[in-house]
Amino acid sequence: MTKQDNILHRSWELPNTVAAVQEACQEILKQAFLHGFSEDSVFGIHLAIEEALVNAVKHGNQSNPEKKVYVECLITPEKIDIAITDEGQGFIPDDVPDPRCNGNLYKISGRGVLLIKAYMDVVEYNDRGNCVHMIKYRQSSQGPGITNQKTVR
Amino acid sequence: MKSKSPNMSVEFHGPVVIATLTDEKILDEAQLQGLEGSFMPLIEQNENIQLIIEFSNVKFLTSSVLGLLIRVSKKVYESNGKLRLCSIAPKILEIFKITRLDKIFEIYPDVDEAMVGLKKS
Repeated sequence: MTKQDNILHRSWELPNTVAAVQEACQEILKQAFLHGFSEDSVFGIHLAIEEALVNAVKHGNQSNPEKKVYVECLITPEKIDIAITDEGQGFIPDDVPDPRCNGNLYKISGRGVLLIKAYMDVVEYNDRGNCVHMIKYRQSSQGPGITNQKTVR
Repeated sequence: MKSKSPNMSVEFHGPVVIATLTDEKILDEAQLQGLEGSFMPLIEQNENIQLIIEFSNVKFLTSSVLGLLIRVSKKVYESNGKLRLCSIAPKILEIFKITRLDKIFEIYPDVDEAMVGLKKS
């Protein structure tokens, strides 16, 4: 871990278990609080990380205990920047059906990506679709929700 | 009559069953399994159940919990019952709104209003 002024950079290589990734999640949330992010921001960051980590463990790595999850977190005075990578084949985010459409409202799953996009200011995936990169700005002018102003790639 | 089930407490008020979720954060598989294991027999054992799920203790949940609520609602409607949700904190209610599940669940500010809502329906 390096800490310079108000900058914190930390990375984890985690076993593919929900318990292991939740430990990393708790550490990120603790640091977000310590670095002055508001309670509302930390709530949104928490939800986005939980959803992304569970996606990585269960969908990306297919709960395979031999695979790993890689988490990288950078906190600066302006933002928190988190990247979560799994060792799965990846997915195409645009192919995920919108869970808000009438035909999908009663589906049991498929809301994680929507919630990540709703609570973070920037959400982008790599070409393979096995790494999600999320940013929450400290002075985020937007509350949760899906708007055209947000960057989703 | 009040009883305790995994991850919730259950109170019977005549035909109405109030299930109060007891966990502040609902995150992990064990909690979800505990809740599912509490809800499903409750619905099976109470034909035409009028179920109110009370959220006042809940400060955080993930999309897995939303999936569980949909499974519970399907089970309730299959047994010709009724389901109402109540006492959902504003931040949690926002999750229901973003996912538009506020359109498929009947949500009330508190237990009393949920009871009145059940009587009217």
